[in-house]
Amino acid sequence: MKKNDWPLWEVFIRSKNGLSHKHAGSIHAADADMAIENARDVYTRRQEGVSIWVVPSTSIVASNPDEQTELFDPAENKIYRHPTFYNLPEELNHM
Amino acid sequence: MDNDQLKDNLIRLVTHLGDNNLILGHRISEWCGHGPVLEQDIALTNIALDLIGQARMYYQYAAELTGGNATEDSIAYLRVEREYSNYLLCERPNGDFGTTIARQFIYDSWHYFFLHALQNSADKQLAAIAEKSIKEVAYHKRYSSEWLIRLGDGTSESHVRVQTSINDLWKYAEEMFEPAAFENIAISNNIYPRPALLKEQIDSFRLEILNSATLTKPEVSYFQTGGKTGIHSEYLGHILSELQYVQRAYPGLEW
Repeated sequence: MKKNDWPLWEVFIRSKNGLSHKHAGSIHAADADMAIENARDVYTRRQEGVSIWVVPSTSIVASNPDEQTELFDPAENKIYRHPTFYNLPEELNHM
Repeated sequence: MDNDQLKDNLIRLVTHLGDNNLILGHRISEWCGHGPVLEQDIALTNIALDLIGQARMYYQYAAELTGGNATEDSIAYLRVEREYSNYLLCERPNGDFGTTIARQFIYDSWHYFFLHALQNSADKQLAAIAEKSIKEVAYHKRYSSEWLIRLGDGTSESHVRVQTSINDLWKYAEEMFEPAAFENIAISNNIYPRPALLKEQIDSFRLEILNSATLTKPEVSYFQTGGKTGIHSEYLGHILSELQYVQRAYPGLEW
């Protein structure tokens, strides 16, 4: 990172009341106030949101891509974890 | 004054309001692709588009009042300098980012309080345009105020540079408070807010932000005016030659 670069922030946008915030992307900003405004200008231009969260990218702890196999592959063959074995009444659509 | 004269006067007024937004919007659009960072490039372009969108509403209304073949495009693209009545402030060059912010701050601080009052206009169409625009302009005012504070209260270099921009531009900061003849007529018909009533509010807002930005309000002994009556600086001609080039070179071209 160059000396004069602003820190990176991750942007989360909630598209409607009742839904959860979803990661939209990242922006650079000197502080939290500027981060909210930059996020507003970059990610909500087409009415994408009703609420914005910004988080310093350095505060995000991420899983290690090298550990992908041990973390995620074990879930692969465990179909009993999907509730697909119930007989649902016909009236219940969209399950 | 008969109805025709009142209508002509209203057309001048509405066109003047469109001109402010079109010329400033065009100026800001010159930043597109040249912003200091990507985020500010987009922010400035958003503001330019807001202002040009507002200019369209005024021009559409002026075209409707004018009748005949007049359209928003003929008003924007087929008038010459002397027929434009924007504030001189709006045509000032972008300069550096701080100069653009200083110009925007002076404009927004007037624009917001002006639209607030215009919402009560006896002209229903103008009141509706004001109501629609003020949400955008509230954000412009917030944006330019915050950036003025950041730059003024920032590094010693940003402070000196933005104070210089404020000093250079302040002589264009009061044109909005001297009503032209067409404004006085509209004021007497309750179509237009009385500038003297807005001035106190705007002065105190400007001072508050300048103080937060650790900037000094310049002492100006002579304010530049004339834009409203078509007396412009050398910059407007250059703006129009770019803005109107395609329609002048290929009259009636559509896309």
